[in-house]
Amino acid sequence: MSLVTLRVNGTEHTVDVDPSTRLLYVLRNDLGLRGPRFGCGLGQCGACTVIIDGVATRSCTTLTSRVQGEITTLEGLSPDGDLDPVQLAWIEEQVPQCGFCQNGQIMTAKALLDRNPDPTDEEIRTGMQRALCRCMTYYRVQAAIKRAAATMRQGAPDAEETAR
Amino acid sequence: MTDFTEVPRSIEDVLNARETLTSRREFLQRSGALVVSFGAAGVPGGDLLAAAVQAGGPTPDRIAGPYPDPDYLQLDTWVAIHADNTATFFVGKTDLGQGTGTAFRQMMSDELDIAFEATRVVMGSTDVTPDQGGSGGSDAIQTDGWPMRRVAAEARRILLEMASERFGVPVEGLHAEDAVVSVRSDPSRTATYAELIGDRRFNVTLTGRNVNSVSGVAEVKPVQDLRMVGRSPQRHDIPAKVDGSLEWAVDVRLPGMVHARNVRPPVAGATLRGYDEASVRDLPGFVRVVARGNYLAVVCEREEQAIEAARRLEADWEAPSRAPFPTSDDLYAYMRGATPTSSSDPALVGDPDAALRRAARVIEADYEVPFQGHTALGPAHALADPSDGQMTIYSNDMKSYGMRNGIAEFLDMPRDQVRVVWMEGPQAFGRTAADDAGFEAAFLAKELGRPVRVQWSREEESAWDTKGPAFAIRLRGGLDEGGELIAFDYDARAADYNHVGYNEVETVLISQLMGTRLDTPNQGRAATPSEMYAIPNRRMSTHVVRLPLIWETPLRTGNLRDPNGPQVTFASESFIDELAAAAGADPVAFRLKLLEGSTEDDGGFKRARSIATVRAAAEAYGWDPRPSPKPLDTGRTLTGRGIAYAYRSQTVVAEIAEVEVDRETGRVWVRRLVCAHDCGLVINPEALRRAVECGMLHSLSRALHEEVQFDDEKVLSVDWVTHPSLRHRDTPERIDVVIVNGDPNPERPDLPHYGAGETVCKPLIAAVANAIFDATGVRVRRVPFRPERVLAALQEAGL
Ligand code: FES
Ligand code: FES
Repeated sequence: MSLVTLRVNGTEHTVDVDPSTRLLYVLRNDLGLRGPRFGCGLGQCGACTVIIDGVATRSCTTLTSRVQGEITTLEGLSPDGDLDPVQLAWIEEQVPQCGFCQNGQIMTAKALLDRNPDPTDEEIRTGMQRALCRCMTYYRVQAAIKRAAATMRQGAPDAEETAR
Repeated sequence: MTDFTEVPRSIEDVLNARETLTSRREFLQRSGALVVSFGAAGVPGGDLLAAAVQAGGPTPDRIAGPYPDPDYLQLDTWVAIHADNTATFFVGKTDLGQGTGTAFRQMMSDELDIAFEATRVVMGSTDVTPDQGGSGGSDAIQTDGWPMRRVAAEARRILLEMASERFGVPVEGLHAEDAVVSVRSDPSRTATYAELIGDRRFNVTLTGRNVNSVSGVAEVKPVQDLRMVGRSPQRHDIPAKVDGSLEWAVDVRLPGMVHARNVRPPVAGATLRGYDEASVRDLPGFVRVVARGNYLAVVCEREEQAIEAARRLEADWEAPSRAPFPTSDDLYAYMRGATPTSSSDPALVGDPDAALRRAARVIEADYEVPFQGHTALGPAHALADPSDGQMTIYSNDMKSYGMRNGIAEFLDMPRDQVRVVWMEGPQAFGRTAADDAGFEAAFLAKELGRPVRVQWSREEESAWDTKGPAFAIRLRGGLDEGGELIAFDYDARAADYNHVGYNEVETVLISQLMGTRLDTPNQGRAATPSEMYAIPNRRMSTHVVRLPLIWETPLRTGNLRDPNGPQVTFASESFIDELAAAAGADPVAFRLKLLEGSTEDDGGFKRARSIATVRAAAEAYGWDPRPSPKPLDTGRTLTGRGIAYAYRSQTVVAEIAEVEVDRETGRVWVRRLVCAHDCGLVINPEALRRAVECGMLHSLSRALHEEVQFDDEKVLSVDWVTHPSLRHRDTPERIDVVIVNGDPNPERPDLPHYGAGETVCKPLIAAVANAIFDATGVRVRRVPFRPERVLAALQEAGL
C-alpha cells in the first residue's frame, strides 16, 4: 500500500492503496462514488467511464498510480446540482431503461460534445461505438446527444428541432 | 403539499432512513397487518407461512423473526396516507427499467383521486411490500395492476365514508379530487385526506383468495374517468440514474464488510480435488478461502485484493470423464439425433398428412437458433448482512420474494429472519430468477459472520449465467394450385432439459456445485407459434432434448426475455414468408388472408386485433404490395423489407424491418423498424414506446450478433469480444412505434391493460430474416446473421 493523491470533481483526496489498484475500485470503494460502475473490468463496455482532462477514460483498466490529471465522474457533471445540458437532454428524452450503462453513455457523450459540439450522425455513432448498452437504449441516446448539442449551441433547449 | 421531485427514487429513500423503515414496520404492526403466529395457516394470507413451516420445519418458537410477510389482506399494507396529504403505495413488484413503478403510481393515483405528484411507490422488498412475486412474464400491468387499482379504489371509498360521517352528507353528495373531499352542495366544506386519516391506519380487511384477487368493496373506475392513465409523466427513477445519486444494489457498503470472488471450475463438470491456501494466504487483505463441494470462493478485505486472490488461488480440478456437451458447431446435429426426454401430444387440426399428400407444392425447411445468454451489462452481485443472527440481502433480484424463500431454505433459517431489500440493478430479463450471487453472498456471510459482497466477473457472467435454450425446428407446408396454404407441420426441438426455476435452491449454481439435485429435473419446454392464422390442416409437435451434463453446467437454461418466443417465431414467421414467396403472394396480403380466413375469435378479440396491427404496421411503413424477393439491386448495397407478427398472452404486435445488406462484407444493417403494438389500455405511452424500441433492438442484437459458442468442455463466449452485442453503429436510423387499439369496441369502459414488454421480442428476428430474403433472395435459417455467415450464404447463391 502507498499513498496516492487524486483530484476528483474538484477536490483532492489521498488514499492508501496498492498503486496497481485500478482507479475504478478506488473511486467506488474508497471515495464512495456511484457514477462509475463495474461492467467488465476489461475496457470493453464503458460502464466505468470517467473523464480525465477532457478525455473519456475507462477507469477499470487505469492504474491509480498513473493518473495525472483532474478526474470528473458523473457526479461531477452537476457539482452545484445544476444538471449539465447532456444530463438534461437525457431526462427530456427519457433515455435510460435500467440505467446501469448510462454513466458510460453520458460520460462518453459529454467528452464527445466537448470536443465536437456539432457532431454528425456518423460521428455520434462512431464516437459512441464503444459505450455498450444491453438494454439497447442507443436510439434514444443518439437523440439525446443531438438534443444536448443543440442546447449547448443555442444556450437554450430546442426541443422542436431535435425531438424524434 | 410536499414537493416530491426527489422522493420517488424507489426504495432507497425508505430504506436509507432507518427511522422511516422502523416506523413503517411499527405502523404495520400497530395496524394488525402482520400475522405473526404459528396459527398463521388458519388465517387468510397465512398459506405461505404454512408452506414454509412444512418445507423448512421451523418450530413455533422460531417463527417470530423480524421480517414476516406484510399481510396483503390489510389495506394498510398497500396504501399509506401521510399527514402532509401525500400517499405512498407499497407494491410487491420490481421495476427492471421499463417504468412500471411510474405506471403503478399513475393507475393507483387515478383510483385514489390524488395528484400523481403527491404519490410515491415502494417496491419489491420482502418485509415492507406485499408478496406479488416480484417481476416476470410482463405481467406487472396486466395482472398485478388490478389488485393495485382495487386497493386504491377501496382506500378512496373509505375516505369518502369518513367524510360522509364528518359532514353528515351521504357519499353521493361528496366529490373527491386531488386528495380533498368536498360537499357538492357546499364546496366550501372540505376535508383533505390527511385530515381524515393522515398517518393513521385504515384498519380495513380486504378479501381475496390470493394476492392477485385482493379486493375491497369499491369498484375500479371506467377507463373514461382515468386521468393520469394514458398520459406520459416522466419516469421518476430517471433523474437519479442520470446525476449519479441513485444508490444501486452494487453501491451498498456496510461497516466491516468484505469482498468475495468465486473461482469456477475450468471445465464444466469438473470436481474440486483440493486447493492450496498457501498460494494466497500471504496476499494483502486475505481473509479466507471457502470451499464446499465444487464451490470455491476467496474472501478479502478489499475488492481488488479478492480479484487478485481469485486469480492466484491454486486449485486441483479433475475433468469429467465424459464430455459435458457437444461443441456449438455440432449442436444442431446432436439435437436432431438425440432421443427426446419428453414430447408433447401434437396439437392437431384437420389432417395435415393427407393435405401434404395432395398439395400442389410442399416446402420444407430447418431453422436453428443457438443458446443465447442474458449477458447483463453488470455481472451478478449482492451484499448479504448476517447481523444479529438475521440475514438481509441487498439485491437487484427481480424475484426478490422467491430469493428470500430460497435463501431461507438454503441456509436453514426461518423465512421471517431473512429479507431481501430490492434495489436497482442492470437489466434482468429473467437472469435473476436464479439469483446466484444473492445465495452466494448469504452463504458466505453466514460462514464468516460478516457482511459479504459478491461480485461476479465479466467472464464468469457471460460463461455461467442462465441461457435461453437452443432450438432446431423443422417445418413443412403445403400449398394448393391456387397458392392457398392447406397444410402446416411444425416440429420443434429445444435443448431445455432441467430448465431452472424461480430461485428454488437447486436452480442456483452454488447449490448445484455443492451437490444439490432434484430427483426429477424440470422437463423443460419447446413452445409453439403464437399467431391467429386459420390453416385448415396443421400439426404442432414439440420435443425437449438434454445435453449430457445437466447439473453444474454453464449451459443452464432459464427464462430469457419472452422465453422461447424469439426462437419459435423466427422459424414460424420466416416459414410463412417462404410460403408466401412460393405462392407468389405479397407477405402482408398472405398473412392478412390467413388471419381473415376465420371469424372465430377469443375473449380478447385477438384475431380482430391481429388484423388491425398487421394493417397498421404496413400503413405506417408505407408498404407497397408485391411478392418477395424484389428484383436484385445492382450496387454493393442490397435493400429489402420484411414483416412478421405474433402475440403473447393478449398483446399483439406486427413489426417491419428494412435492411441494407452489404454484398461485399455480408454485414446487415437494419435501417428502419416499425412496430404496431396493441396491448389494450396503455398506461404511459412514452414509456411504452421506449420499452418497445429497446425490446426490438434487444432481439435485433440476438438476430445479428449473439451466440453462445463452446467447445466440448467449456463456454468460449466470455466477454464482449468473444460475445459481440448490438452497438451504436447498428442502431436503426428511424424507429416508428404505432400504438394500436384494435378492440372492436375501442371505447369500452373496461378496456383491459395487457403486458406490453416481451411481445415485441417475438417477431423481430423473423422480420429481419424476411427482409434479408427480400433484398437478396437468400433465406437465412440460422441465427445469428453474422457477416461471415451472410456472406457465405450470398456467395453460395452466386451473388
Ligand atoms: S467496466 Fe470498464 S470498460 Fe467495462
Ligand atoms: S440502460 Fe440498461 S444497460 Fe443500458
